[in-house]
Amino acid sequence: MANRPMAPHLQVWKWGPHMAVSILHRITGDGMALVGLAVLLWWLGAMAGGPAAYGLFQDVMGSPVGLIVLVGLSWAFFTHMMSGLRHFVLDIGAGYELDTNKTWSILSPVLGILLTAGFWALVLLR
Amino acid sequence: MGNGTSIGRVRGLGSAHEGAHHWLVQRFTAIGNLVLMLFLAISLALLPSYDYGTVTGWASQTLPATALALLIVSVFWHARLGLQVLIEDYVHDAGTKFGVLVLLNLATIGGAAFGIVSIARLALAPVSGGAA
Repeated sequence: MANRPMAPHLQVWKWGPHMAVSILHRITGDGMALVGLAVLLWWLGAMAGGPAAYGLFQDVMGSPVGLIVLVGLSWAFFTHMMSGLRHFVLDIGAGYELDTNKTWSILSPVLGILLTAGFWALVLLR
Repeated sequence: MGNGTSIGRVRGLGSAHEGAHHWLVQRFTAIGNLVLMLFLAISLALLPSYDYGTVTGWASQTLPATALALLIVSVFWHARLGLQVLIEDYVHDAGTKFGVLVLLNLATIGGAAFGIVSIARLALAPVSGGAA
């Protein structure tokens, strides 16, 4: 590539919540695409495969490592959902004032964690 | 190359050669994901247990099976678009990029087809005892 000036990138700018929530949106989204979809397909394939296939899925997902994966995926989903909803607000041209933008950049991932905790509370306290 | 004018960008002459359609479909599928994933999360959280009979008994009913099939379409389409952006941002060599995008299409379309066939097998299986 031509040796032209590059746009300032992650290493140059001082980190702020709006940058963190943006990269978090990409990490959680692409993480779910690569790991979450594999787990989803395994779950569906195991159900279609019969009790033995489902039992293997259940054993692996019920193990400590499996539970970490499931909790991680649920966190990724709720975090991506909240930052995605933030994107919808930004798409209509709202929320760009500096303080508003900063507030929702901090609140989105916090709400993502709270929703994750609420989901598992619902599962465990059923 | 048309980067300077609005009509040039609309005609897809910017560096990505397209954009508005990708951007819109990413949003349409995001709304689908929002509704269908919340349906899945709430349904799973409310199931009385996670043994084989309970979970397949739920998933093989018409409404959940329909939602799961729609979820597969929406979420795989959304993931394909998202991973495409990741690839376009970090894979700069044109030939490699083309190859990786081919693999992405094969993986997402193949994965979605596997998911839908699995759901269809469950939903269309002969009703066994207890599901009446």
